[in-house]
Amino acid sequence: MKESRRMNNFKTIILSNQEISSGYYRMRILAPEFGQGARPGQFIMFRVQTSLLPLLRRPFGIFQTGFLPADCDGQPPKEYLEILYKVVGGGTTIMSGLHEGDRVEVLGPLGRGFDMGTPGTEKILVGGGIGLVPLYMLARELVKTSKVRLLMGGRRRDDIIAVTEFERLGVETYVSTEDGSLGEEGLITQVLERKLQKYPQADVYACGPMPMLEAVQQICATHKVPLQVSLEALMACGVGACLGCVVKGVGHTEQSPRYLCTCKEGPVFRAEQLDWQKMAQEDGYCEGCKS
Amino acid sequence: MTGCAMKTEKNAKRPNLAVEIAGIKLKNPVMPASGTFGYGEEYAPYIDLEQLGAIVTKGLSLNPKAGNPTPRIAETVSGMLNAIGLQNVGVDDFIKYKLPFLREVNTPVIVNFFGNTLEDYGEAAKRLADIPEVAGLELNISCPNVKQGGIVFGTDPKAASEVVNLVRKNSKKPLIVKLTPNVTDITVVARAVEEAGADAICCINTLTGMAVDVKTRKPRLANTTGGLSGPAVRPVAVRMVHQVVQAVKVPVIGVGGIVCAMDALEFLIVGATAVQVGTANFVDPRAMLNVVEGIEAFCIEEGISDIRELIGSIKL
Ligand SMILES: Cc1cc2nc3c(=O)[nH]c(=O)nc-3n(C[C@H](O)[C@H](O)[C@H](O)COP(=O)(O)OP(=O)(O)OC[C@H]3O[C@@H](n4cnc5c(N)ncnc54)[C@H](O)[C@@H]3O)c2cc1C
Ligand SMILES: Cc1cc2nc3c(=O)[nH]c(=O)nc-3n(C[C@H](O)[C@H](O)[C@H](O)COP(=O)(O)O)c2cc1C
Ligand code: FES
Repeated sequence: MKESRRMNNFKTIILSNQEISSGYYRMRILAPEFGQGARPGQFIMFRVQTSLLPLLRRPFGIFQTGFLPADCDGQPPKEYLEILYKVVGGGTTIMSGLHEGDRVEVLGPLGRGFDMGTPGTEKILVGGGIGLVPLYMLARELVKTSKVRLLMGGRRRDDIIAVTEFERLGVETYVSTEDGSLGEEGLITQVLERKLQKYPQADVYACGPMPMLEAVQQICATHKVPLQVSLEALMACGVGACLGCVVKGVGHTEQSPRYLCTCKEGPVFRAEQLDWQKMAQEDGYCEGCKS
Repeated sequence: MTGCAMKTEKNAKRPNLAVEIAGIKLKNPVMPASGTFGYGEEYAPYIDLEQLGAIVTKGLSLNPKAGNPTPRIAETVSGMLNAIGLQNVGVDDFIKYKLPFLREVNTPVIVNFFGNTLEDYGEAAKRLADIPEVAGLELNISCPNVKQGGIVFGTDPKAASEVVNLVRKNSKKPLIVKLTPNVTDITVVARAVEEAGADAICCINTLTGMAVDVKTRKPRLANTTGGLSGPAVRPVAVRMVHQVVQAVKVPVIGVGGIVCAMDALEFLIVGATAVQVGTANFVDPRAMLNVVEGIEAFCIEEGISDIRELIGSIKL
């Protein structure tokens, strides 16, 4: 028991690291016995290098887990985990320069993932840019029992990633870009509005920049459909120890504050757990989430 | 980083790493720094808590405390700023909900606590006084992130002495007083708290700092300023521990920027009896165990049979 629990923090190597769209990378990491414990919506704290630069680990959603086929030497299949990341700053820039065989460290799977909702009801997944990441494992689960649709939005063509992989799962996909360079021109929330008129019973799952999540929340509240969102926050520990990553829960006031830990109680929250008014007001909640 | 990765040779005679702080017996001199290790439970899935010298809790107050708005953390070069604002469950809920887990762990528990007022400090100490699982108290008079979070007590030797006096009166537990580096001469406060009855001194807490987002021209922390921790502060911490050790007779716990055994050894050599590891836990949950193993390996290599031979062995 103790030994397997400590597997949650492991040194490992990169199997591959490729640019899949301008500024977006896909990294495959060797991760024995990782998949059986990982649920859709969970994340890892990734130590970019074994040196102290950058100091803190970086949080990344788990895109998927899988096995490499057994090779001809009779070696057993190797288990891996994959992350998709966008280069935004110092840490991700270093990551983009890493190669097969480079040593890294993984802490995870961490946090609370998605609730699968009612089997059989329509499922609508809304992804904004890199926010698509946690939705893939979710879709893989949901297609077993339900009809799944993915609404994927971005600023421009380059922000639309991995959509064909969802299609291969049997997910119906809809794309929109703000500049119209791919799919419908405009915001993905327009598409959501239309879909909810057509499928008023759907369960909605969303991950993306904060303004998108706020709009999605309003639409879902109007249509009275259940919504789960995956949030980003600045994190130091990822395990509930530092209290750096909190968000305001519903009913939060100065006098009786209700902070929720994004790393431990999230990153996936039911929309009704959160105080959307206060979140919108929070200044500089986290740069990445606003973009 | 090679200097940090030392492995114990098999069959070598294991040195004695046990030390004593204010009557608390530690199997080794390594423990977490308050606020970086939650209430212990958070890290239990990742490291064996029984291999630590002690467990130090998040800072507790008499009543639960909400903490500051976000953003609360910002990474800086070789360090981080935090302005968590001492969010905690309060002394009573700690005893009710967090302590039962720690009771099962065979490692002494040191409770870090603070108050808004002198009375709060006194009352919190009283409530913890008769809890058998609490091996010792760490009195925080040094948090820079809340107006009343102790720093007012920690920067004024008279106020510091008053609060230590009161806590001393209200509790017989071993009493460690944690000092702030944000003063001109740390030895003045160190002497004051020793005289007022502190059994040990812990230093340093974080250094007040600030970082600015140049695009938005806003501070990177909602609180504007925060406490700097991590490897960036280590030389300052070593210097202050060195000064405090020279100034007082009670044992000193060294903290600030320790990542590996070599870092911890600097503190021990200038005279710290034990060390705390903070920010490094975020970088690697195994950091403290690496420090313990590395100290052991160093002792073997240097032919040191008891860690106490190292403590204060600085050649000036
Ligand atoms: C639960 C969770 C899941 C995530 N999943 C993904 C993912 O699948 N793919 C992806 O590309 N990104 C993801 N992110 C965001 C990712 O963590 C940041 O883009 C990354 O940390 C930026 O690091 P940097 O050094 O390049 O940026 P810098 O701006 O140089 O980083 C400075 C500091 O801010 C933090 N930071 C900066 N932006 C963010 C952000 N948006 N969220 C949290 N911390 C941030 C960094 O961790 C670092 O501590 C996720 C964030 C969270 C919280
Ligand atoms: C996120 C965070 C929270 C902290 N909370 C507390 C606290 O509640 N009480 C306290 O006495 N010190 C607190 N500290 C200070 C640390 O205990 C320690 O003194 C400081 O971080 C320097 O050590 P380090 O460089 O090893 O982190 C906190 C530090 C950090 C980074
Ligand atoms: S990141 Fe430390 S508590 Fe969530």
